[in-house]
Amino acid sequence: MSEQTMLKVERLTKSYGTAGGPLTVLREVSFSLAAGASLAVVGPSGSGKTTLLSLCAGLDRASAGSVELAGQALDDLDEDERAGVRNEHVGFVFQNFQLVPTLTALENVLIPLELRGEGGPAAEASARALLTRVGLADRGGHYPVQLSGGEQQRVAVARAFINSPKILFCDEPVGNLDGENAQLMVDLIFGLNQERGTTLVLVTHDLELAKRCQRVLRLKGGLVLSDTLNAGHDPEADALAQAAAAATARAQRMTRDPHGFDDDEEEAAAT
Amino acid sequence: MSFVLKMAWRDSRASRARLAFVSLSVLLGIAALVGIASLGDNLKRGVDTQTKGLLGADLTVTDRRKFSDATLAHFRTLGGELAREVSLQATVGFPARGNTRWRAQLRALEGDFPFYGELVTSPAGAMKKLSAGNFAVVEDTLLAQFGVQIGDELKVGQASLKVIGTLKKIPGEAAAVALFAPRVYLSTAALEATELNKGDRFARHRVHFKLPPTADPEALAKQLGEKFKGQRLHFDTVESRKQQLGDALKDVFSFMSLVGFVALFLGAVGVASAMQVYVRQKIATVATLRCLGATARTGFAIYLVQACGIGIVGAVLGALAGLGVQGLLPLVLKDFLPVDVEFFVSWPAVAKGMGAGMVICVLFTLLPLLAVRRVSPLLAIRSTQGDEKTGEDTWRLGLIVLIAAAVLGFAVLQTGHWLTGLLFTLWMALSFGLLGGVAAGVAWAAKRFVPRGALPYVWRQGLANLHRPNNRTVLLLLALGLGTALVLSLLLTRATLLAKIQGIGGAGRPNLLLFDIQDDEMPKLAAVAKAERAPILVQAPIVTMRLASLKGRAVEDLLKGDRGGIPAWTLTREYRSSYRGALVETERVIAGKFVGRVPPGEASVPVSMDEGLARELQLQLGDALSFDVQGVPLHATVASLRKVEWQRLAPNFFVVFPEGVLEPAPKTFVAALRVEKPADSARVQQAVAKALPSVSAVDLALILQTFDSLFDKVAWAVSFLGLFTVATGVVVLVGAILTGRLQRVRETVLLRTLGASRAQLRAILLVEYAVLGVLAAITGGVLAVGANVLLAKFLFRTDPVAPPLVLLGAVAGAVALTLVTGLATNRGVARTPPLEILRQET
Repeated sequence: MSEQTMLKVERLTKSYGTAGGPLTVLREVSFSLAAGASLAVVGPSGSGKTTLLSLCAGLDRASAGSVELAGQALDDLDEDERAGVRNEHVGFVFQNFQLVPTLTALENVLIPLELRGEGGPAAEASARALLTRVGLADRGGHYPVQLSGGEQQRVAVARAFINSPKILFCDEPVGNLDGENAQLMVDLIFGLNQERGTTLVLVTHDLELAKRCQRVLRLKGGLVLSDTLNAGHDPEADALAQAAAAATARAQRMTRDPHGFDDDEEEAAAT
Repeated sequence: MSFVLKMAWRDSRASRARLAFVSLSVLLGIAALVGIASLGDNLKRGVDTQTKGLLGADLTVTDRRKFSDATLAHFRTLGGELAREVSLQATVGFPARGNTRWRAQLRALEGDFPFYGELVTSPAGAMKKLSAGNFAVVEDTLLAQFGVQIGDELKVGQASLKVIGTLKKIPGEAAAVALFAPRVYLSTAALEATELNKGDRFARHRVHFKLPPTADPEALAKQLGEKFKGQRLHFDTVESRKQQLGDALKDVFSFMSLVGFVALFLGAVGVASAMQVYVRQKIATVATLRCLGATARTGFAIYLVQACGIGIVGAVLGALAGLGVQGLLPLVLKDFLPVDVEFFVSWPAVAKGMGAGMVICVLFTLLPLLAVRRVSPLLAIRSTQGDEKTGEDTWRLGLIVLIAAAVLGFAVLQTGHWLTGLLFTLWMALSFGLLGGVAAGVAWAAKRFVPRGALPYVWRQGLANLHRPNNRTVLLLLALGLGTALVLSLLLTRATLLAKIQGIGGAGRPNLLLFDIQDDEMPKLAAVAKAERAPILVQAPIVTMRLASLKGRAVEDLLKGDRGGIPAWTLTREYRSSYRGALVETERVIAGKFVGRVPPGEASVPVSMDEGLARELQLQLGDALSFDVQGVPLHATVASLRKVEWQRLAPNFFVVFPEGVLEPAPKTFVAALRVEKPADSARVQQAVAKALPSVSAVDLALILQTFDSLFDKVAWAVSFLGLFTVATGVVVLVGAILTGRLQRVRETVLLRTLGASRAQLRAILLVEYAVLGVLAAITGGVLAVGANVLLAKFLFRTDPVAPPLVLLGAVAGAVALTLVTGLATNRGVARTPPLEILRQET
């Protein structure tokens, strides 16, 4: 694997034992992804998107084939070693946010660093900076139940970037959000991805969202239908930086007025 | 602070109140252990500091016969001070109270006994005045029972004594002793006046020594034992009394600790059950942490820290409550404590109680926590995790073995016996296994057999709650079933024993036993019995004797050397044997041939022996033995073995001789009478006392009364400890309901949203808890009845009794407790608006 390759997947297969015999949900999938690149995995429900993501991120073991992440072959590692790789190199954004309900927003963001034993004032400052970056500067002490869905997902994004991951895995990151918040979230993810040079793997069945990635991997029935570069994709950094700046501004505006998500008048005035 | 500690603390935020309540489950068990152990240490110190007062002397020598003048003369050469005491059982009467009669223990004193400690009397100093005349100082309870006042007359044998004081406390003796025979102190001169010490009456003669400070009582006891070895004297020193008391206290406190441990064990099961529900609610959090890079060990450690926190909180609160228990226990046990208890906190006892509590609590919480190790990070993105990690967890098996080892270790340490510890552990396993098995069966039956169409909706829903996920069937049956079983066992044992004693005096059987009847008094007694229409059903002569040799070996040699497992008491005791021509109703020959008469001059007398005694003495048919019949040697052979119904109120004997041998020996008689109405018993006793003042009586009514009072006191002490288990059961139940409330709330809210009324929701709960309560009570009842049957058959050797009213009462009580607890804990769920509940609970 070249130095530029962040993720390399070879003949990846995953089967489950069922009463009716083995059920293969992913068959011999192969691809590789360069550092800093973005990949959208699309396909209908049951096509194997989430299974592929979980195998790539080392959340599960493949039945056959191999995964190399940041230069490390995940199949050779035991569960704890894979956890170490995740903590060091990987960020996650989940469809259902997956914040720890008993921790505040700030504490949720801090988890990856504290797991490494890097808690303390410096870590807290980084976490606060990230929360500010996602427009939640003054919500750090709030618990997940005190935040809206969009805000929870922004906390999750801040958490995903706190350990400066080399690769970010997003599983339907806007699946539970309304249009406005979804747009904001997409802008944040792509903006931070660009700013920090993070590799991005995004599972979605939103084709519009997939278009913002450099590559699109289409799955169906566990097989790769196509692996294409997005035509018309604008890789220019300034454009992405603009998107990121716009997202930050919008996020900060929304935080000033926590009810602003439903306030059309305010929204209209701001835009 | 490490991530694990930090995370454990933060993660507990929303659940601290709930977790604190869970810790209460072990609180009572730990409180019982700490309280009992600390009081035990208080008593140990009491025994240590009050040592000399326990015996009242440096050395006490006891003999069943009068000390000879030569012996007494030798005692006087030993230096120091000397006091003499004769104690014997006798019936005393109160002329001022209709001549009511009662069996008492007379203690005649000569000398300044006790030398150490004090017999506390009211008025003070009453003991000093005893020697001034025919006076008596009488046990407080005896006077209180019959309303007798100081200054009243007490009729004892031929003498009338004036009561000049009451006994408040005797050092080294528990108040409960008074239940069997209240103590009456008098002077030796007064005893002479009663004429009760004449003839061959069963009495204990004691000499108490106050030795010079330089003397060694232990060495002296040994030396006297050697010198008078033919007399089989019994020696008590302060050290030996301390040892006896220490052993007795250890047994009592071991038993109590085991009862307390049951409460702790049940509490730990409750904690484990609550943690299981708790851990289930934490799976998403663990999965997320795993995604973010936490190892399986880290996730497990977070919740282990919380479990330890529960243990620590439970142990600290338990220890504090234990000190309260320690203060309360002396009130509960006051009649059984032989020494004054000075309250102090025994830190080793506190540490041991807390340690045992924490170890058991943490071991039990590890059971559900093991599941945390197997939470896949995949669960953060999927609700199911595929086909991995569903196999058997070997750690779980190891943990169960560890728990069993911990229980066994605790029981062995407490009792000091491997076998007792093992039996206790097996009993725990059996009880919990049985209750758990029944619960699993009930849940299965509720799923399998509840008809779908035949019952109204609320019934079906209530019954379905018995088997649905997160049900409390097993836990509730364990908690309430165990509590019911404990309390009901006690009640049934009492009923069985009372029925047994009542059965002793069944129709046509003797119910009044008279003894200490002198040889020449029998005709007089027969006349009185006839006049009072109380026929003598059985009469038997009693000749006292001691064993001299067994199968050719002198008893002295056996006592000095290896006895080969023969208990010492069988060799040293004074045998009160009889002779008769034929067997009586309460005995039957099971081996050999009963010989009713032998010609004079028989070289070896064929005797009949109780089968139990023969087993203890390791004797078989044809074996030779010899007796010392008040100085006269008598050779005998075991000719037959008898099975004797000892529990019947009749003259029964270990050794029965044939007629033709013992007639010339000094003897007394025992007679068993039948008084038709129990109310007439007092009248018959008075008539006998008038004609034969030295005759003692044992009345069946008196035994019943004595047993009942004693059982009352024991039952109160045992119930007090049993309450810890019952209360723990309630706490466990409440804890489990609260922990599983979230699931119920969601269901309730859903049902309310779909249109269920509050009445319907309450009815569903009512059905569920009523069914659980009834099943718990029945299972507990079955266990108690089973225990009662076993105890009755194997320990008390009688027919078990299970009064329906007691059983019904227990079932009703358990059901009521379940309903009240269930409904009270779920209060508010059906009343509060759905949205509010959901916000509170998430």
